[in-house]
Amino acid sequence: MKRREFKHINETIYEEKMDNGLQVFLLSKPEMVKTYGIFTTNYGSIDQTFTPLGKDEEVTVPEGIAHFLEHKLFEKEDRDVFQDFTKLGASANAFTSFTKTAYLFSATSHIYENVKTLVDFVQDPYFSEESVEKEKGIISQEIRMYDDQPDWRGFFGTIGSLYHKHPVKIDIAGTVDSIQNITKDDLYTCYETFYHPSNMVLFIAGNIDAEEMMAYVRENQNNKTFPEAPEINRRFPREPVSAFKSEDAIEMAVSTPKAYVGMKEKVKDLSGEELLRSELFADMLLDYYFSTSGKYYDELYQGGLIDDSFHFETEWEREFGFTILGGDSRDPEAFLKRLKTMMHTLRKESIGDEDFARMKRKKIGEFMRALNSLEFIANQYTHYHMLGINLFDVLPVIESLKKEEMEAFIENWIQESQMTTFQVKPKQ
Amino acid sequence: MKIAKQYTEEMKGYRLHVLPSNKYKTISIVVKLKAALSKETITKRALLPNVLQKATSSYPSSRKLQGALEDLYGTALSADAAKKGESHILTFRMEVVNDRYLKEEGSLLEKALQILNEVLYHPKEEEGGFLPSIFQREKDTLKQRIHSVKDDKMSYANIRLMDHMCEGEAYGVHAHGHLEDLEDLSNEDLFSYYKELVESDDMDVYVTGDVSQKEVEDLSREYFSRDGLQASGEGWKASDKQVEASREIIEHEEMSQGKLHIGFRTHTLFGEDDYYPLQVFNGIFGGFPSSKLFMNVREKHSLAYYAASRFESHKGLLFVFSGIDPNDYDQAKSIILDQKKAIENGEFTEGEVEESKQQIVHQLKETMEHPYGLVEILYHQQLSGKKITADEIFDRLERVTKEDVVQIAKKIQLDTIYFLTSKEKGDS
Repeated sequence: MKRREFKHINETIYEEKMDNGLQVFLLSKPEMVKTYGIFTTNYGSIDQTFTPLGKDEEVTVPEGIAHFLEHKLFEKEDRDVFQDFTKLGASANAFTSFTKTAYLFSATSHIYENVKTLVDFVQDPYFSEESVEKEKGIISQEIRMYDDQPDWRGFFGTIGSLYHKHPVKIDIAGTVDSIQNITKDDLYTCYETFYHPSNMVLFIAGNIDAEEMMAYVRENQNNKTFPEAPEINRRFPREPVSAFKSEDAIEMAVSTPKAYVGMKEKVKDLSGEELLRSELFADMLLDYYFSTSGKYYDELYQGGLIDDSFHFETEWEREFGFTILGGDSRDPEAFLKRLKTMMHTLRKESIGDEDFARMKRKKIGEFMRALNSLEFIANQYTHYHMLGINLFDVLPVIESLKKEEMEAFIENWIQESQMTTFQVKPKQ
Repeated sequence: MKIAKQYTEEMKGYRLHVLPSNKYKTISIVVKLKAALSKETITKRALLPNVLQKATSSYPSSRKLQGALEDLYGTALSADAAKKGESHILTFRMEVVNDRYLKEEGSLLEKALQILNEVLYHPKEEEGGFLPSIFQREKDTLKQRIHSVKDDKMSYANIRLMDHMCEGEAYGVHAHGHLEDLEDLSNEDLFSYYKELVESDDMDVYVTGDVSQKEVEDLSREYFSRDGLQASGEGWKASDKQVEASREIIEHEEMSQGKLHIGFRTHTLFGEDDYYPLQVFNGIFGGFPSSKLFMNVREKHSLAYYAASRFESHKGLLFVFSGIDPNDYDQAKSIILDQKKAIENGEFTEGEVEESKQQIVHQLKETMEHPYGLVEILYHQQLSGKKITADEIFDRLERVTKEDVVQIAKKIQLDTIYFLTSKEKGDS
């Protein structure tokens, strides 16, 4: 077990790679009442085409299968795992993203039993034809729920308009049609390939003794056997740098139109730290111009082109990256035109030293606030670890950012060919 | 375990609650302003938080105010309005990084409180009103928000259920205000109401973080003191009514999933003897993923992705909500009502009672560990006038018997079944 101290924020991380390849991180915070555990596999909705463990032939599985598998892992031959956590006074949950599937609990008692429940249920699948069929009804309703949410449709519509063929454009839960094709055997294929301990990270944070907890997890893992696993061969279609469409729209029953600008980010060949620095710059710049203190936000807001539903996000992953800005607008055409112009003029703007210092201070404060949350630490530590970055190095990295470096970033950032617009129009 | 070390002081025109804790890297300040819920004032009260957050006398524009907050390491400021029972509460929240994690001179807390003082007491004034541009812009924004309520089908169904169920009761007013009152509202009217509110609303200030009582008291004296009377702190006692006959209402919108929302009357308020059995009942009925609603509507019959219940503590209401296929209305409705009937008939185990208690205790401990969560719990107590320690709460829960749960289940009355569904039956 290795111990890494981060003095500037007064935190210590304990880490160990188990013999079977499972990476474990522990954060002991005895002043907290709660303990939070999250068990994550490096497997999400984009991992559709791969070579299954022990096979030579590549397969492509139905859309939405990673999310389907997440649902089905909770069901065992004789019980529902939610009940196990309930009996231990804990709450449990799970989520699937583009790149990850994670299972988690939060507990204020029976910590060891809860850790065991988490690790054991994820490492012991039980899929049957009957239960797979039953789940299709539940997930269909989950998909329909999202279908009725205009924000969700706007977000995925924008991504769909950005990407030609990369599976990031597929809805994480799939479609009502695509999930009908999922079989028990598909689930086992995905499970065996992607839920191997060497592809997973366990993070436990809170009221724990690190030494004892690590020994507990080690023993649990030593009592299980897994086949040898070579590195997973995943394949992604070759994706052009440019956006798929320059504009797109859907119609649905909304009272206020929604409009978005999307931009594809260039992530190819970036190292972990480069990815982090780019993400930080993109986020700080968007914040500088488009948060409530930003001059572009101010202009759009004063001009009545946006309201307080306006937001932006930027996501940087190994395989893809995108930035999306938008929200409700009474005049979507004028809004999109102005917003796109702003994205271009942004490249020519200069930012003073004082403003740059303020941008950094804001980012530092935001980060410190987030560290209050065990969930944030565990989730983000895992996320960054999978990208080859250490979460607690983010603070010194922010401090080290230079204005000249940001200017170089901007120079290379926004290109017309990588942008798209997307509208959710009220049905006539 | 104590709910928290808490010092409450009667100050000049408000109550100060200091909650020292070393768990956080930030200090959180919450200001609560309370008045009776009424149709007369609700629209003004819904608009005020947005206007006050936009400009103060020293920071006369949104950009200047946000810029000042950013200088303080991105101190977060937010404000909202909500109803709790038949009281209406404006909440201002501020979170500032604790100096000791920063290489910074001077008290960030004091600088942050200066800004909060400005926001509350010194809005930018012009000719007996707020800045006209801000007033107009915020009025338009609120108008648009009220229009857009329909776009979020889950909230819209909640509002419609309340419209029908609490028609003629104070609780039936809309927390975001009413369009007809907004149209007629002038800047001067809003400003004079603000003057009245800031003197006569009942005010509580909470400060949590690694702070000393003395330091916070001194700063509060400087920044929160006001003229005006301070009331007892209790909320307005909500009206209750016996249901003579339950109602069933079906409405249609363009949507693919139907929203089934059911309202009950619990005749039970926060801190009353029956409040503890009510919580246990809710846990068995629909509060958790192990509850009867989830297990039957979702797991057994695959009718929904979500099926849950929650209760309102200061009006005495309980709601069930589920998203279902429009064709499954009758089946889902009867399964839901059957689950309540089953509890009335004692068809549940002692084990379910114990599990429900454990879940509630866990949830409470978890909420108390979050600074804003803790403040909300303490404020519930303030509103109900029933001070109780965490140990007493746990003890009262522990003493709840299976028979108590049966009794409360019988006491809870079905009031309104509301179904918001697609325009054509069977089109999905």
